[in-house]
Amino acid sequence: MIRDITIGQYYPTNSILHRLDPRVKLIGTFMFIISLFLFQSLFGYIVVTIFLVSVIKLSKVPFGFIVKGLKAVIILLLFTVFFNMFFTPGETLWQFGVIKITKEGLINSGFMAIRLTFLIIGSSLMTFTTTPNQLTDGLEKVLKPLNHIKVPVHEISMMMSIALRFIPILLEETDKIMKAQMARGADFESGGLLKRAKSLIPLLVPLFVSAFRRANDLAMAMEARCYRGGDGRTKMKPLRYHSRDYVAYLSLLLYLGAIIALNIMIKKIV
Amino acid sequence: MQIIFDKINYVYSGGTAFARHAIKDISFSIEKGEFIGLIGHTGSGKSTLIQHMNGLIKASSGHIYFNGEDIYDNSYKLKELRSKVGLVFQYPEHQLFETTVFKDVLFGPTNLGLDKLECELRAYEALKMVGIGDDLLDASPFELSGGQKRRVAIAGVLAMKPEVLILDEPTAGLDPKGRDDILEQIAKLHRESGMTIILVTHSMEDVANYADRLFVMNKGELVLQHSTKEVFAHYQELEKMHLAAPQVTYVMNALKDRGYAVTTDATTITEAKNEILALLRAKG
Repeated sequence: MIRDITIGQYYPTNSILHRLDPRVKLIGTFMFIISLFLFQSLFGYIVVTIFLVSVIKLSKVPFGFIVKGLKAVIILLLFTVFFNMFFTPGETLWQFGVIKITKEGLINSGFMAIRLTFLIIGSSLMTFTTTPNQLTDGLEKVLKPLNHIKVPVHEISMMMSIALRFIPILLEETDKIMKAQMARGADFESGGLLKRAKSLIPLLVPLFVSAFRRANDLAMAMEARCYRGGDGRTKMKPLRYHSRDYVAYLSLLLYLGAIIALNIMIKKIV
Repeated sequence: MQIIFDKINYVYSGGTAFARHAIKDISFSIEKGEFIGLIGHTGSGKSTLIQHMNGLIKASSGHIYFNGEDIYDNSYKLKELRSKVGLVFQYPEHQLFETTVFKDVLFGPTNLGLDKLECELRAYEALKMVGIGDDLLDASPFELSGGQKRRVAIAGVLAMKPEVLILDEPTAGLDPKGRDDILEQIAKLHRESGMTIILVTHSMEDVANYADRLFVMNKGELVLQHSTKEVFAHYQELEKMHLAAPQVTYVMNALKDRGYAVTTDATTITEAKNEILALLRAKG
């Protein structure tokens, strides 16, 4: 059940997207998210959809797997749709007491849902195609300039990579402890809210104990190898741009350019 | 027959890129009161297999019968099964959570819905069985030594009075003394209460001393299921699966190769000792 959450997971396929420099993917994802909120017209949607579909095709991650990741945020999606639908003022289409649906609300909620879906798909594509280690390496490199204003970039990225690394370990541990307690007759699924919350104690206490134990072990192991922060630390595999990365940057710029140009054109026509 | 597995298959993450056929077409039956050793290399599917026995994992195909009933029947109560088939996981001490040893052992019987007195009686008995003294009953389980923690965790399962006890590498990470203590206590349980025991392990010496029959797993398949002596006679086959016979088996085989008139079916040190002494006496 916990394993069904695919959002933020790495999906190994041997695609060009997987081989791209993580910096390209980070900046690309950032640009994609911004672009989602730049356009207003229907044409914009078409351009974004074409872009997203071609990136999905390039990534070779099965579409079904991506959609599965959306399940986790369906509640958020429904909320957005709901509020946009009922609380946007405008031309009334249907009314029941104080509740009314407006034409603008309907359009707004539809577009908002598409935007959110695209946003989630876009950002999960980054995690599908980038290993956590690459991701934090890229992040460290991209944020490096912030070092000058005393932001501990290395420490932040190290914490991130450790946190990411621990997610699957803790998931596995949860699964194991859950099973062990179920073997002792524990019941996690029935009963009221209070009973269910109480039934989590036999799961959470061992989980925390083991998380602390693992953190302790890791700190010891790092210290034993003389880890002392990022100063003067070199990398075994330093990030280097290849020609494919420049091509990717160029296509990103073209995409962004297209969106902006479209925006200006539409404004002129209107 | 107490437990029957009929053509059990299990596929992890079926239908995704991560799918893995963990268990392939496994069939066997276990009689009441048997002591079974389950051996296999890391990743051979041992742990997955035993989790089928109390219904924690549902097989992708096949049937499991416990005391003649199909556990996948809709009307079958899995909770009841779990009280009858006790499963002690690897590193069971990681599941301890209560404030005192006694309360932790109480968790199992309380979940069965027994009355308070019965629960406490069972918890007390179980702690006695694994050799935890009265002085430790009110200690925090997190303050105990590794071996003690493990015994408390095993008591937590024993307190449910299971008919079958499955132990997944109960000796992993323990010192030789802790190892012998736990194995000896398991053997005693088997002798005195007639409990069916399934012991999962890497260590051939462990199973050689105690098990009546051995199940050998390799890459998700059950490749051998014979008496302990028969399995160890196939030690060349075992080596192909990155397993080995007990060291004494090798000693006896080496002796035979050098022309000494010994039989090679000794699997425990005591047996080997008697065999060699007999030979010496015959010569002397």
